[in-house]
Amino acid sequence: MSSLITRRALVKTAALGTGALLAGCDRVAELPAARKILFSGEKLNMGLQRALSNRHSLAPEYRVDQMSPFFRTNGTSNPGTPEYAAMVADRFASWRLKVGGLVTRPLAISHAQLMAMPARTQITRHDCVEGWSAIGKWHGPMLGSVLKAAGVKDSVRYIVFTCGDLYSGANYYESIDLIDAFHPQTILAWGMNDQLLDVGHGAPVRLRLERQLGYKHAKYVMAIDAVASLTGIGLGKGGYWEDNVDYDWYAGI
Amino acid sequence: MTDATRSPDIPPPGTATPIYRHRLTTRIWHWVSAITIFIMIGSGLTILNAHPHLYWGQFGANADHAWLHTVRAPSWLTIPAGYNLAIARRWHLLFALVLGFGLLFYMVSSLLNRHFQRDFRIRARELTPAHLWYDAKEHAALRFHDPKQPNARNIFQKLAYVLTIFVLLPAMILSGLALSPGMDAAWPWLLDLMGGRASARSVHFIAMVGVVLFIIVHLALVILAGAWPETRSMITGWWRIPGHDKREDAA
Repeated sequence: MSSLITRRALVKTAALGTGALLAGCDRVAELPAARKILFSGEKLNMGLQRALSNRHSLAPEYRVDQMSPFFRTNGTSNPGTPEYAAMVADRFASWRLKVGGLVTRPLAISHAQLMAMPARTQITRHDCVEGWSAIGKWHGPMLGSVLKAAGVKDSVRYIVFTCGDLYSGANYYESIDLIDAFHPQTILAWGMNDQLLDVGHGAPVRLRLERQLGYKHAKYVMAIDAVASLTGIGLGKGGYWEDNVDYDWYAGI
Repeated sequence: MTDATRSPDIPPPGTATPIYRHRLTTRIWHWVSAITIFIMIGSGLTILNAHPHLYWGQFGANADHAWLHTVRAPSWLTIPAGYNLAIARRWHLLFALVLGFGLLFYMVSSLLNRHFQRDFRIRARELTPAHLWYDAKEHAALRFHDPKQPNARNIFQKLAYVLTIFVLLPAMILSGLALSPGMDAAWPWLLDLMGGRASARSVHFIAMVGVVLFIIVHLALVILAGAWPETRSMITGWWRIPGHDKREDAA
């Protein structure tokens, strides 16, 4: 008799406990102190991953026969602004990639100049934060070569990408640190799957950042700025999704 | 910490039946994992909701062949209750560290204090059909302990724990690591082991289902074997053999 009560009580306690735990997690996540702990996982994971990997360790590259037959688009599939429509109409002839900020030689690189630079071709996997992945072939100069041409000053810590697509009226933006900026697979891709990059995938140029998730791979890149701090850019967290929905700035996981 | 060094199977002076069943390291790991696993499953289901399709191979997206389309996990099962992929990832990726390093801590301490060798070693005679059949009958009769060796784990217990600790949880952790593009660059063998990232995601899901089944069976057997004595033994370490102590039933 008594053991039955105990059993029933335990089942009830376990069920209530589970419900309370799940609901409690949401309450806890609202507390500033708990939120700080919760958000500390990003720095811990980044520190661990950086400690475990060589800063030049390469993302896996695939064979042609391993490529996705269809590479879906995501995020913005067309910026849809009059300015962007005009760029598409003249095949990006008047588009200039502005490289500025804390550099000794600010640059304005044309589409033709970018395509004339020594380029890297890599067949890599694109991992979306949502869970899907697709393998495509990307072609373009290393970001590091462009930054070297511009001359990054000693005080620079981050590279910021300002994009041609708008989110809530502001330009999409993303940022990376110098370890990733000078990684050999970090390229400014103007070609995809042996063709010019199309509008859906970020024409004229998108960033490829192969050791991080898709939302870091800025599309429709209009300007690249070398900065000492992310403060004062957007809401200061280093990217549109980071600012607005608490996505991790470090998206290596 | 003092009782962690005490040798099991030796009753404390003065009391006859209680036996020391769970060391401190085992108890700490058990309760930390109990909380962690619920957080991991709740937040993991939110992450699965973001793309409820599973594939085999190196890649997988909407146009590719999915072997499973999962049903949308209801909000009472997910962390957070309302769909928020960013917050779910914060929970999942922080507690993944607790799960991973917790298992490492438990494995090292259990090798050092000989918990694994003493309690989980499967002997050949236990795997004979006759013994398996005998133990199955004992389970059906709700007799889970050999009265002569009450502290010894039976063969089904051993198999369940060994499968969970040495197969399911490591598969869970390794497949989770293989989902990280940063880890794939650091440890490319993760992808070779899993057969690609899309496969790793499927393995991660299957391991989760396995862990959920383990939890259901585990909780059911705890209740059948004596809910309070079993739970108490995982809190204090001391276990009274159910049925041997009349005071137990009167409590």
